[in-house]
Amino acid sequence: MKQDLADKLAVGTTRDQRLGARALFLLSLVVIVGLPFVAKNFLIFQITMAVIYAIAILGLNLLTGFNGQFSLGHSAFFAIGAYTAAILMEHADVAYYWTVPVAGLICLITGFAFGLPALRLEGIYLALATFALAYAMPQLLKWTPLEPWTGGVQGVVIIKPDAPFGLPLNPDQWLYFFTVAIAAVMYLCAVNLVRSRSGRALVAIRDNPIAASAMGINTALYKSLTFGVSALYTGVAGALGAIAVQFVAPDSFTFGLSINLFVGLVVGGVGSIPGTLVGGLFILFVPNVAEEISKGLAGAVGGIILIAVIYLMPTGAAGLVRLIASRFARVIGVLIKPGSQR
Amino acid sequence: MELILHQVLAGLATGAIYACLALAVVMIYQAIDGFNFAQGEMAMFSTFIAWQLIQWGVPYWAAFFATLVVSFMAGIIIERALFAPIHNAPVLSHVVVFIAMFAILNSLAGFIWDYNVKTFPTPFGSRPLLGNGLISSHDGGMIGVTVIMLVLLYLFFRHTRIGLAMRAAAANPESARLAGIRVAWMIALGWGMAAGIGAVAGMLIAPVVFLEPNMMASVLLYGFAAAVLGGLTSPGGAVLGGFIVGVIENLAGTIPYVGGELKLTIALVIIVAVLVVRPGGLLGQRIVNRV
Amino acid sequence: MKFYATWLTASVLVGGAALSTSPAVAQNTPGVSKSEIKIGNIMPYSGPASAYGVIGKTEAAYFNKINEAGGVNGRKINFISYDDGYSPPKTVEQARKLVESDEVLLIFNSLGTPTNTAIQKYMNAKKVPQLFVATGATKWNDPKSFPWTMGWQPSYQAEGHIYAQYLLKVRPEGKIGILYQNDDYGKDYVKGLKDGLNGKMQIVAEVPYETSDPTIDSQMVALKNSGADVFFNVTTPKFAAQAIKKAAEMSWKPLHLLNNVSSSVGGVLKPAGLDNSTGLLTTLYGKSPTDPSWSDDPAFKEWTAFMDKYYPEGDKTNDNTAYGYSVAQTLIQVLKQCGDDLSRDNVMKQAANLQNLALGMLLPGVLVTTSPTDFAPIKQQQLARFNGERWERFGPVMNGALGGS
Repeated sequence: MKQDLADKLAVGTTRDQRLGARALFLLSLVVIVGLPFVAKNFLIFQITMAVIYAIAILGLNLLTGFNGQFSLGHSAFFAIGAYTAAILMEHADVAYYWTVPVAGLICLITGFAFGLPALRLEGIYLALATFALAYAMPQLLKWTPLEPWTGGVQGVVIIKPDAPFGLPLNPDQWLYFFTVAIAAVMYLCAVNLVRSRSGRALVAIRDNPIAASAMGINTALYKSLTFGVSALYTGVAGALGAIAVQFVAPDSFTFGLSINLFVGLVVGGVGSIPGTLVGGLFILFVPNVAEEISKGLAGAVGGIILIAVIYLMPTGAAGLVRLIASRFARVIGVLIKPGSQR
Repeated sequence: MELILHQVLAGLATGAIYACLALAVVMIYQAIDGFNFAQGEMAMFSTFIAWQLIQWGVPYWAAFFATLVVSFMAGIIIERALFAPIHNAPVLSHVVVFIAMFAILNSLAGFIWDYNVKTFPTPFGSRPLLGNGLISSHDGGMIGVTVIMLVLLYLFFRHTRIGLAMRAAAANPESARLAGIRVAWMIALGWGMAAGIGAVAGMLIAPVVFLEPNMMASVLLYGFAAAVLGGLTSPGGAVLGGFIVGVIENLAGTIPYVGGELKLTIALVIIVAVLVVRPGGLLGQRIVNRV
Repeated sequence: MKFYATWLTASVLVGGAALSTSPAVAQNTPGVSKSEIKIGNIMPYSGPASAYGVIGKTEAAYFNKINEAGGVNGRKINFISYDDGYSPPKTVEQARKLVESDEVLLIFNSLGTPTNTAIQKYMNAKKVPQLFVATGATKWNDPKSFPWTMGWQPSYQAEGHIYAQYLLKVRPEGKIGILYQNDDYGKDYVKGLKDGLNGKMQIVAEVPYETSDPTIDSQMVALKNSGADVFFNVTTPKFAAQAIKKAAEMSWKPLHLLNNVSSSVGGVLKPAGLDNSTGLLTTLYGKSPTDPSWSDDPAFKEWTAFMDKYYPEGDKTNDNTAYGYSVAQTLIQVLKQCGDDLSRDNVMKQAANLQNLALGMLLPGVLVTTSPTDFAPIKQQQLARFNGERWERFGPVMNGALGGS
């Protein structure tokens, strides 16, 4: 019997893997849904923030990973989304769930508007333009004529919404489900986009722009649209972030945020959609880990961890996660196989 | 009108700072076809090393050249140890390692030397140069050293064999290898030189902005902008870009109603606008890829 | 199928157990046990404001000293300090960690105006004391709306008021040029000055700068060109040093008012040049560590001894260390006054019950006073002029009290 089991574990068919994958999927669903009921509020808050960053990173991934346009300015779109939500909730008494699509729409437009002139810029020149955008955004947010809406340097404080329909959930738990639901929708859309003809066009533009336009792809339109869609994703994340943190201020959206999103993108895996979740978790938790290791040298420790991650997984964590997951699935599939077939 | 003239002069003085750093940026770009985010932090760290040497009683010029040598070697070591192993990784991964280096150097400097501002001596004195005290002798010295570095770099790239080899290695590594050029060492050399130029930039900038771990972070943006504006393939462009950025930054502040609070934004918008019109930078060449 | 179900249930249980980190059972007095008191703190140990991290380190050293002497009423202080990098979202995360995960009694001396604003509503909703915040923004003195939040140092607007009164007295016909940091702190000072002047003097230039600016040269040029002969310098240490140096280089010698935040001799005036700094005016509420006239003062010697023993690598010329020392002393006083009732309610009650507390490193005549309607512990300051060596105080100890936002 033991030899049988060892053989089975060593081999395992793809049928086992599919069975195991389904079990794994169900298990993860249980964990995702059950998490807010067993974890402390603080952990729920952190996971919510990680998912929010993951959505923002997904936006960046669409632009940089799939379309090859280097952006260091996504903190600006995150800020626009966040401030849209805050201003609507604070000054126009709009319900929080409407602010999210509105933030997305506004970012879609601004992203597209930025993408148009950016068409002329490639590689490092585009990097500078986005760099400039990220740097300029806090200053714009502080601009005195805009103060009645943006709160200027003081920022805007908003209230976390309660669960609707009198559900027995505290605000943290409700926000978690709200965020996860939106994330699920956004991820499905992203997967669909990437697998569609448009998605292939995006990748074609990244890999060989000349060939792509020779094949009839309107590169200008696609590139600008991608900028817009990418900004939309990050803006939605920004709106959710504003609701989660309950505060927006210019200091929350500095260039450091852009760097963080970028790091999350690469760590998760450029061009990998599930990798963005890994990226989000990474940028949320690693600074805390680094701080625990050494208070005075937290930055240095974080940098070393980052270098280690890149060395071990130069193309990002997604590949590794997929490998582990498939092995795990195979094992589970073998173990739970009913009866004693084979 | 007088205000504008004064701002222009002050802008030239600040521009010298950006020009210095822009040279280092262009240098590294020539070597690795990319941008090193940690360039400023390396310069800052070098300047701290110089400061420490001076604190220990080493005379200024000895400390200056010692720091230059140390920085040069450190640049080569960092390239060989940190970047050569991930040579085949995608470009974006390289950028993340730059970011990691930034964090490490910044944190380490703060840990060793704390965050209080420190004075750094200048060999050029601080006497006013033009009577109205807008440009000091130090600013003049800074401009002078920048121009000297520029000339040296120009001669190096155009008229020496190693300079030619380095340009070849960056432009087309495969062909360069076939021609017998040790590409890996060209890259390392480029790093070393960039680190050295950065160290000089740091030691010239510190007397003006005061030495502390976050000294270069803000200069880096403008230095980067200056390099890109001038054209990343042209060291002369970098220096020119530096002065232009300095002047634009100062003049942007004088625009009524918006200048005060949106100085940074306006300066950046102008720079990006120039790039959109001339995507290769002012003096740079537009790279055309043949299919 | 049975196997399937068992497997799944097992995984969920394991997952659940792993996720719910169980801390010490919280009693009615969270953060307090028979042997220790947990104090939370959030400081920018990294990022643009990292220079202020020394404050947290000094406070940790001071609590070490207290613990070595037996603690407060037999309980040792467990000082938990986290880094927020001066980023409000991170501050929110760290505050929640301290309150919900570490279960501290209170959060003490967290630094920064936007960062503290971010957690103010949360702290008050959770009824956790947000004590002695490390910022001079005026809005912390609002016990009606935010009964759990209290400031400590004299408010920026109060300081601006004092400068306004001084200017109206000695140079009412002067033309004022202001250089200010474009954030909450800078704008608060400017408001204080303007309110104090009430339109009676001319402000010919109001020039902001960002912390991301490399130099403030162009701002200084604009100020000189405006024809101002009074200069209100609202800058943080690095930029203050740059401004003083540039003014001297441009041969611009206005009546120069320097905000207290950058009044450190070692941290600002020395780098700027002691000669260049002669004639500068500021307000002080604490003893300046580099002032030799305190060298025989017993309280000053006590501070020096503390630094030598518990924080030897700390910079004694840096005013921030004296600041951290004094705030920590204030907290210890509050905890002492609580006795054995260390509930959060009582902590706030005692914090609002500080009667003319004198601290060693505060100026003689400057006392810490609070009441249920007065959440501004220190209101008194004294004007001082720099004579090339040290700050020379002159005039009376003034009370620039302001309430509300």
